[in-house]
Amino acid sequence: MIVAGCDVGSLSSKVVIIRDSEIIAYHVIRSRNDPVESANEVMMEALKKAGIPLESIEFCIGTGYGRNSIPFADEVESEIACHGIGAQWLAPSVRTIIDIGGQDAKAMRLDDSGNVVRYVYNDKCAAGTGRFLEVMADALGVGLEDMGDVSFQSENPVTISNQCVVFAETEVISLVNNGKPIPDIVAGLHKAMAHRVASLAKAIDIEDDIAFTGGVAKNPGMFTALEQALGSSIKRLDIDPQIIGALGAGVIAARKCENKQVGLHGTI
Amino acid sequence: MIVAGCDVGSLTAKAVILSNKRILAYEVIKSGFRPEESAKEVMEKALEKANITMDQVDCCVGTGYGRERMTFVDKVVSEIACHAKGARWLIPSVRTVIDIGGQDCKAMHLDGNGNIIKFVTNDKCAAGTGRFLEVMAKALDIGLEELGLLSGRARNPLVLASTCTVWAQAEVIHHLNAKKPLEDIGAAINQAMAKRVSIMANAAGVERDVCITGGVAKNKGVVAALEKLLGMRTKRTRVDPQIIGALGAAAIAGESV
Repeated sequence: MIVAGCDVGSLSSKVVIIRDSEIIAYHVIRSRNDPVESANEVMMEALKKAGIPLESIEFCIGTGYGRNSIPFADEVESEIACHGIGAQWLAPSVRTIIDIGGQDAKAMRLDDSGNVVRYVYNDKCAAGTGRFLEVMADALGVGLEDMGDVSFQSENPVTISNQCVVFAETEVISLVNNGKPIPDIVAGLHKAMAHRVASLAKAIDIEDDIAFTGGVAKNPGMFTALEQALGSSIKRLDIDPQIIGALGAGVIAARKCENKQVGLHGTI
Repeated sequence: MIVAGCDVGSLTAKAVILSNKRILAYEVIKSGFRPEESAKEVMEKALEKANITMDQVDCCVGTGYGRERMTFVDKVVSEIACHAKGARWLIPSVRTVIDIGGQDCKAMHLDGNGNIIKFVTNDKCAAGTGRFLEVMAKALDIGLEELGLLSGRARNPLVLASTCTVWAQAEVIHHLNAKKPLEDIGAAINQAMAKRVSIMANAAGVERDVCITGGVAKNKGVVAALEKLLGMRTKRTRVDPQIIGALGAAAIAGESV
């Protein structure tokens, strides 16, 4: 049985292909302007990696903000549900998921079966989303993917007093002009961002184990900063943290497919 | 009797000199990194315009975010109190003052005697402050003044869905790429700004007469949109709307002599 999950987000699109409870391929691309194009492209690339044609996908679940534009999806599911199922499938002990994407941040709490029992969500304010770090990396002239390593060179992290991305950017520029070391600024930014996300997450009564997903989870500096802000350790998932939503969609597809087959057998 | 008020904000510094309840001179400059120096500079320039020296000033009141660092003032008063006083000094019937500065926004609701009943401020979020308009003007590659005029020329004003400056800027860029008319985008920006400010004003309580002060009061599009949202005309001050805080400080100085 081969199934797939496709997550079309505002910044990146992901596909995970699963065969008999095993991930056989996944792919991540930067989203195009047209979500249909994003879905087609990321699926084609994932299929190429798996070495199979689209026809061999028995069931596909779409998710993400572009989920209703995925031409090959059989059904759609919310991102929240997909993240819950995806994280639980990888690590059954996970009860809290903190997901920071390029344009949003969410925190979800799961029950023992991976159902989301509570969640909070921010996509209204750019502070506390991946965009915050993107803007700051740009202002500092540091590559986004280097931010983590740069922050680990810090000896005295600065305190960033502004929460608003626009005001914090001005603050960062003046810190640079005042000769503050770049690593101290970057570490301060991670701290500020972690603090913001932690206060969002605390609204849902965090329970261990905690998983950190989304593109921002690739930043090891943010990982450490978030652990400090939460005051508890975060479970490492041995997989690209960006694909958890697509993975969850794939797992749901597999379950639906199994139920369908059971149903068919039943009627024969 | 000569009195003075000095208001050092994050973006501009203002000084007003009053002589027997008449504005003798005023000055507005861009503020630098050190508020104490900006205060000194703007006051010296205003004194020069009035053709007097600091010794002739009987009392001077400081206000604004840099007020604690001013060396020449006799006392300091909050911005809220100064704005309320300044607006009432110009227009005694004012009961609501909406001040939109470069990095903040305040709404003050006054009783018939000019006492503050309630006030709401925002300096945490760039939306609803002058910075929002600055970011957008830059994205459109036009001046702030021109942005204000776009609303009047718009035929099919667009609507911005986001409140956050960062997300709204992305929307604006999207509209630019889609070749939407500049005036329709500009109208959407001024409308979004007015909407955010009106929410604050309503939280403070809006009562006639309403006066809009601060640099953004110069933006015709925002003022018109705000009047529509509040369902009433606003009073224009006959002086530069940026100097109301400094004017109020001077008026308070006049009362304390």
